[in-house]
Amino acid sequence: MKKVKVTTAIMAMAFVSLTAMSCKDGKTEHSEEAAINPEMNQAINHDAMNASNDMMDSEVQNSDSKQVLADYMVLKDALVATDKDASAKAGKKLESTLKNFNVSSYTSEQQKELKDIIADAKEHAEHIGKSEMDHQREHFKILSKDIMDMVAITGTDTTLYQQYCPMYDGGGAWLSMEEKVKNPYYGSKMMNCGKVQKKIN
Amino acid sequence: MKILKIIALILLVSFVGIQFLPTERNQSDEVPKTDFILVNNTPKNISSLLQVSCYDCHSNNTEYSWYNKIHAAAWFLEDHIKEGKAELNFNAWDDFSDRRKNGKLKSITNQIKDDEMPLFSYTLIHREAFLSDSKKNMVIKYLMQIKDSLQ
Repeated sequence: MKKVKVTTAIMAMAFVSLTAMSCKDGKTEHSEEAAINPEMNQAINHDAMNASNDMMDSEVQNSDSKQVLADYMVLKDALVATDKDASAKAGKKLESTLKNFNVSSYTSEQQKELKDIIADAKEHAEHIGKSEMDHQREHFKILSKDIMDMVAITGTDTTLYQQYCPMYDGGGAWLSMEEKVKNPYYGSKMMNCGKVQKKIN
Repeated sequence: MKILKIIALILLVSFVGIQFLPTERNQSDEVPKTDFILVNNTPKNISSLLQVSCYDCHSNNTEYSWYNKIHAAAWFLEDHIKEGKAELNFNAWDDFSDRRKNGKLKSITNQIKDDEMPLFSYTLIHREAFLSDSKKNMVIKYLMQIKDSLQ
């Protein structure tokens, strides 16, 4: 009788720990963002800037949105090249840049809008970091809208071209630094599909 | 043999012991006005799928099974629900701006398509939460309709 009790207890423990373990796998994806690639991070060191330039808030601001644009362009080029791994890497980099975006120098209304944009963009950058090519492109379409809306608030030093491909998913826009159309939604399949919609700055 | 018994006894005692530790239950009787199903007036066939397959971790109210009330399973579940709700809480759907709703709908449908959601570890235990291909298509089609109505 005693033996039965002991066995029952052990089985109960084993069962509970198994149940517990099975819930664990959902957590792995979140650690990836820690692995920011140092070589791609060459443009700005956020911590150093934030620490030393407290007085020059607007400078820091500007550099945050600049860095977002720089990361976005790396991502866009990776999609033009139909390179899933490079796109994922660029997505993760963009996600971490967005996370550090300091909105404090904008008006409260702009801050509200920017925070909403950043939260959304961050989510799509995250998904680009771990999806297949077709889903990366779907998220890129929404991300592009976010970045365009961000630029409308932050402005841009460099000239940007808003380009548009009417064929992709009911029409998809994106930003580029060059006037020549290279399509991030189709890559080599339809490299030149699209037109310049708007020249920004 | 005696040592085995002692070990078993210790395990048993500690197992019983941890049952007395408190857990934060994710339960609420009230469905807020911001709830996805309320706001969108979701048809019953879709809303029941969402409730069974998503709402346990993505709303303020979890349907607890008996084994989820037992530690240590309860701890893991608590953690899971916290993460799930931080990512998306269907009860707070209308708090999102249209931008976020649009983005979330894209993320939700893509994750259902890719079988990332509902989590495998969850459907393993909760068989009824598993979305067959036909159920998946139904849910995705509906969510895309909501997405289109936003734009």
